Amino acid sequence: MKNRMTVVEGSYAVAHAAKVCRPNVISAYPITPQTHIVEDLSQFVADGEIDCEYMNVESEFSAISALIGASATGARTFSSTTSQGLALMHEALFNASGMRLPIVMTVVNRALSAPINIWNDQQDSISQRDTGWIQLYAEDVQESADMTPQIFKLAEDKDVLLPAMSCMDGFILSHVYEPVILLEQDLTDEFLPGFEPEYILDPGNPMSFGAFADPTTYTEFRYRQEEAMGVALKKIEEIASEFNDIYGRYYGGLVDGYMLDDAEIVIMAMGSVIGTIKDTIDMLRKENISIGLLKVRSFRPFPADAIKAALKNAKLVVTLDKNISIGKNEGALCTEVKACLHNTKLRVPVIGFMLGHGGRDIPIGTIVNIVDKAKAAMRNDSFIESEFADLREDME
Amino acid sequence: MSAGISLLAPGHRGCAGCCDALAGRFLLDALGKDCIVVSPTGCLEVFTTPYPESAWGVPWIHSLFENAAAVASGVEAALKALGRKNNTKVVSIGGDGATLDIGLQAISGAFERGHDFTYVCVDNEAYMNTGVQRSGATPLYASTTTSPSGRKSHGNPLHKKNMPAIMAAHGSPYVATASVSYAPDLMKKIKRAAEIEGPTYVHIHAPCCTGWGFDSSKTIEVGKLAVETAMWPMYEMENGEVTKVRRIKDRKPVEEYLKVQKRFKHLFTKDGAREEVKKIQEIADWNAKHFGLE
Amino acid sequence: MPLVIKTVVKPGSTIVNKTGAWRSFKPIFDRELCSKCGICAMYCPEAVVYKLESGYYDPDYDFCKGCGICANECPRKAITMILEEK
Repeated sequence: MKNRMTVVEGSYAVAHAAKVCRPNVISAYPITPQTHIVEDLSQFVADGEIDCEYMNVESEFSAISALIGASATGARTFSSTTSQGLALMHEALFNASGMRLPIVMTVVNRALSAPINIWNDQQDSISQRDTGWIQLYAEDVQESADMTPQIFKLAEDKDVLLPAMSCMDGFILSHVYEPVILLEQDLTDEFLPGFEPEYILDPGNPMSFGAFADPTTYTEFRYRQEEAMGVALKKIEEIASEFNDIYGRYYGGLVDGYMLDDAEIVIMAMGSVIGTIKDTIDMLRKENISIGLLKVRSFRPFPADAIKAALKNAKLVVTLDKNISIGKNEGALCTEVKACLHNTKLRVPVIGFMLGHGGRDIPIGTIVNIVDKAKAAMRNDSFIESEFADLREDME
Repeated sequence: MSAGISLLAPGHRGCAGCCDALAGRFLLDALGKDCIVVSPTGCLEVFTTPYPESAWGVPWIHSLFENAAAVASGVEAALKALGRKNNTKVVSIGGDGATLDIGLQAISGAFERGHDFTYVCVDNEAYMNTGVQRSGATPLYASTTTSPSGRKSHGNPLHKKNMPAIMAAHGSPYVATASVSYAPDLMKKIKRAAEIEGPTYVHIHAPCCTGWGFDSSKTIEVGKLAVETAMWPMYEMENGEVTKVRRIKDRKPVEEYLKVQKRFKHLFTKDGAREEVKKIQEIADWNAKHFGLE
Repeated sequence: MPLVIKTVVKPGSTIVNKTGAWRSFKPIFDRELCSKCGICAMYCPEAVVYKLESGYYDPDYDFCKGCGICANECPRKAITMILEEK
């Protein structure tokens, strides 16, 4: 079999994946480190490799707004953004979800200002947690690319119809050159059907979108969104398997375990740090440390049941968060994992570490230090609720 | 008898004598069924679509306050991408707050990109939906709930933003001003704007009985006074040049327009505000001269 | 009727809301004076003044809110607003 691997930049792999999904309308606004994705897409347009309307808009706010109009008109829509751009979209994110428009965006995760910082963490997408968007997090470039058709299929499912973010870590994944398999057009056509919504803006069937709901109906709109997220929980698993059947690659559905079955200490994380954690686990297993990993692929919908099932033998859970809820001294994964275990018979302690903010490197040594603290916590030497890992010691 | 003679159905919750309802129905009367309408947040949006009802007989979408032009540009792009553009007109209709203030950037972007759509501003010169707060379209010395007249104030101290000039500066092939009080003229301008390819703009002056303080029966009358005093010049611009104006015979002094509205009442109390009325008259005089209305 | 939650609503569906109940004053059309010019129909914000086969005009009192624009704009003063009796 011929080697299908090509060495490309992560952004290119994702742009190429978006291309083979045949979007009808793409909106684009430059922001580091997302820019290469929309640049690559514009080159595909310039070279006639993609048949779509490519809109160079004047802000991220208009980027998402234009896609709201386009999606309601029946178009498959794609954009990509990060950080300040995603924050600028905030108001419109609720709107897209409330109108059940399955817009797909790749979010190239980056820190938020101030202080201004262009490097990776996940504060941007985590801060949009409650907007009603599906959020999946990819571990490496191949998964980021492969997640693109998966998330289109998920978002556009008639029982889901929710907008979705496919999240990849800025620079670490977006700017890295890795050998990947670029998604094949024929396989993608087989995997991803055309977008055929029940209602569109059409003079032949003139429906009104975005009506004003008063207290007698507003709650039920929210209920329906929550219900759709519940459906998405099942579909994420199904779509991941279907993807595996067609393309032969699988990354887990809602979550994915690594050395999990007998692990006493379970590290939980999302995104590119997963690779570093796996390497650390390989190293620590040689020292007979009973440790495993639970990768969280879907943050919204939050896979509470899958997490509970995966943690049933754990003695201690360690969450790693590239974000912080300032004033809670915890990252979102930490808070949510603790919350989902609370009303169960599982009495497993959860300790949280916040790390990698603003692009700070997460070397194996950082994970080893965290595991040392986890071991101390297991021995009841010192219990940590949640803390910053790798704080500089020379700070006054 | 079928309900209503317009594609904007009755039963909507607009105030009695509502200028926005008039503008909405004139828009649809002019365009017919083959259009898609995008409304930003505002009175017209709220009172026409209380879930699960809609007054709109054409496809319609409301997204947010500040993004109607961007949404409309996405609708237009999608129609093109899906091969459904044909003769379908894409139109956005929003108030002065959504147009001159919060939505200006999105409008600028959509016009710069050259989408084939028409943006219609229904200008009732304040944020009526939230209770008559000042906007960038509020005229000099109008009293609003955030620019009230008082012992040390004659109301709004700022001039009305010249939105049609801004749109003409974008290189729009067609910019027109109109008034709900001149329905045939308004509809002609909407039709022309929609027929011309590219981003076109129609700015409709719309007296609001609730916000300006006059009887609901006087909506049309007050709008006519604005035109007859040259407070609201009516013109068309093609590719940046004024090509047509509505001339005024026997231009009336601005007092005739101001005195019928509560928002200018403070200018005509016992102490009066002669200087302020004079300044308003200067605006009308400038309009008359600049546009050659006489 | 069960509540149906959909992201779209049907065109022209506000007609279930009979706004005639809002009215304080009612327009009465006098055909003796009417010149059939149609200005009353043109400037009705509800678009509920109908042209009849005879060429005369009639308001739909189910929806007329009684704003009085038709009476104010009628060049023949053929429309009178009278206090609504409830």
